[in-house]
Amino acid sequence: MIVHDAGDRALLVEFPDLTETMAFYRALADSTIEDVEDLVPAARTVLVRHNGNRDRVLTWVRDTEPSEATTELTVEPIVIPVVYDGDDLHDVADATGLTVAEVVSAHSEQTWTVAFGGFAPGFGYLVGTDARLHVPRRTRPRTTVPAGAVGLAGEFSGVYPRSSPGGWQLIGSTDAPLWDAQRDPPAMLRPGVTVRFEKL
Amino acid sequence: MSSLHVLASGPLCTVQDRGRPGYSAIGVGRSGAADVRAHDAANRLVGNSIGCATLESTLGGLRVRAHGRVVAAVTGAPSPVTINGVADGMYCTIVLADGDELFIGTPLSGLRTYLAVRGGIGVEPVLGSRSTDTMSGLGPAPVAAGDNCPVGDGSSEWPAEHWALPPERPGAISVVLGPRADWFTDTESLFAQDWAVTADADRVGVRLDGETPLKRTSSKELPSEGMVVGALQVPPDGMPVVFLADHPVTGGYPVIGVVRSFDIPLLGQLRPGDSVRFTLRDLAPG
Repeated sequence: MIVHDAGDRALLVEFPDLTETMAFYRALADSTIEDVEDLVPAARTVLVRHNGNRDRVLTWVRDTEPSEATTELTVEPIVIPVVYDGDDLHDVADATGLTVAEVVSAHSEQTWTVAFGGFAPGFGYLVGTDARLHVPRRTRPRTTVPAGAVGLAGEFSGVYPRSSPGGWQLIGSTDAPLWDAQRDPPAMLRPGVTVRFEKL
Repeated sequence: MSSLHVLASGPLCTVQDRGRPGYSAIGVGRSGAADVRAHDAANRLVGNSIGCATLESTLGGLRVRAHGRVVAAVTGAPSPVTINGVADGMYCTIVLADGDELFIGTPLSGLRTYLAVRGGIGVEPVLGSRSTDTMSGLGPAPVAAGDNCPVGDGSSEWPAEHWALPPERPGAISVVLGPRADWFTDTESLFAQDWAVTADADRVGVRLDGETPLKRTSSKELPSEGMVVGALQVPPDGMPVVFLADHPVTGGYPVIGVVRSFDIPLLGQLRPGDSVRFTLRDLAPG
């Protein structure tokens, strides 16, 4: 790992790939110390916000061993029902060399894991096990993507929790309640949660 | 229960406290007062704990009428304050009788003023905070004419302070380099010039404009990574954006440096047209 300072109240810890990042994020989240105010997992980094006790936090980060996914309790994946009717479904099929039916089955027949959140409350970046669905973002982002839209971008899949602009390739839609600020926890998709999409 | 009836809100007025830390992993940023120091001072002047919510007024224009007796204080950007049309002061305790009208005019310099009431603004919290996060849409809607802001029961000891000294205006804002300073050909350009605050300035961030753009060593893509308040994020045009309280949780442009936490409140007072200078500080104390 490489540790960078991000000002006097945060460390940015960098890893070679997403798998290692997720393993370290789990370990950091499980053993967090009181000097740490927030952890922000991302694709290759975990940002550690702290209270100014930099040296203590740095020692804790360096001493933390990555936690393998297999050591977690096995929890049943959350099932998200999807109608595969997205505007970009045919473009995704063209880009991947699959038929539309193959795109749908590739998406709905693998287990996805939430790697990290961001972009909007309740938005989770999901990673799968089947690399055939890796597609670039749309060259021209949409100004409005409806709430519940299911999309693909790069190595990730995701569901828009609310209407917003967005550049992901849309393949379907769901009415799953992804975000409810009154619920505890408010986000259905949290780092480490596994997901299966069910074709309706 | 006493309350503030809003007669005019000005360009933007939101309820703010010290934000909702701890939810970044599910895409929720901290938010909170853009000038935390002024927010805290306002609370102290009315005997609140600093966690109480205040009204954050952008460019003034806020007019409220007290329902019941309300103890209040105004802090932040130096602005004319009147009670029933008669000039009053900032950074001091103000007692409003039932029906009194308090008005905060346009700041002479700076951008944001804070109106605290003894007991705090008592709107419903969301995820433990009463802050409006303009980025994620969490928290109460911006304050509008016709609203009635309830006064809560969050006061502590009375009075904490009768009067507080407004902060001095600094010459330069101190910056720690990194985490992606090595993505730039030189970091000298950041410190060797004045930066102008553009009109593109809100609670998410402030876009700066300078004569010499910050040049990248390569145009490679940065996978999105966690962002902090005070980060100087540099898009491809080389003009930095400095992030404020409602910044996105993650971002995909490299951060050349981060404003030191002590100077973060100054960022909340940057006003379009202002000129800013940065000074290099390392992480060693002092």
